[in-house]
Amino acid sequence: MDVYAFYAFAAIAVLASLFVVVQSNPMHSVMLLITSFGALAGLYVLLDAPFTAVTQIIIYAGAIMVLFLFVVMLLNVPREEPAPPAISALLGPTGMRMGVVISLLLGVEIVWGLSRVGMASFPLGPSATTVSSVALIGSGLFTRHAFAFEATSILILVAMVGAVVLARRER
Amino acid sequence: MVPLNYYLILSGILFAVGTAGVFLRRNLITVLLSVEIMLNAVNLTFVAVGRYLGTVDGQIITFFVMTVAAAEAAVGLALVISLFRHRETLNPDAFTALKW
Repeated sequence: MDVYAFYAFAAIAVLASLFVVVQSNPMHSVMLLITSFGALAGLYVLLDAPFTAVTQIIIYAGAIMVLFLFVVMLLNVPREEPAPPAISALLGPTGMRMGVVISLLLGVEIVWGLSRVGMASFPLGPSATTVSSVALIGSGLFTRHAFAFEATSILILVAMVGAVVLARRER
Repeated sequence: MVPLNYYLILSGILFAVGTAGVFLRRNLITVLLSVEIMLNAVNLTFVAVGRYLGTVDGQIITFFVMTVAAAEAAVGLALVISLFRHRETLNPDAFTALKW
């Protein structure tokens, strides 16, 4: 049962991410990315991380993607421009050949390296309840990682002010 | 339960897909979306390895990654809006003022 759920969520995540990259309407890209994030939330549930699954849905699929949708609608640029003429042979007729080669290479490298980790299976039993405990996440966040937490709040403040300043209309 | 390295390979594939998007697309919004895919691939690795080691630290780091992603999206989209205001395009090849 777990295995089928993993394959289903993994297939949805990979296919939706591929379509985000492949098709040309940014509106559809945002919608497909929300689908992909939903599938990732399902994977987090399978990994006994319900808190992370819920934050994934609320913060990513909710807040961040709404921000993207808002900008896509605001700018109203439905289609990508056609590719410019080739600058050099390596960049190819559409300027895409190098990018395809590099990202394929990266994918092969990562998958090869990770498949050498070996078939490590997850520990069962009491550690599963340890990982899924929201209370432990909260106490870890506010004790051991308190400095990082405060630094994050400053980061968010700076990002908020920066976004307002950058997007302001100049007079 | 599915072994750990299934999750690792899945996140590797997602990361490569995101990289391909950054390299291939000529739309600044889609490039930012591809960066989000890459961040999510890394999040999946953190949660899977955290589950494997039996600690909650992976999920805590995921929480920080999400906040940084939110900040990145806010500033990045503000930059996209102000760039669009200057050039009326989202093509990254159009912004060559700093190119030698």
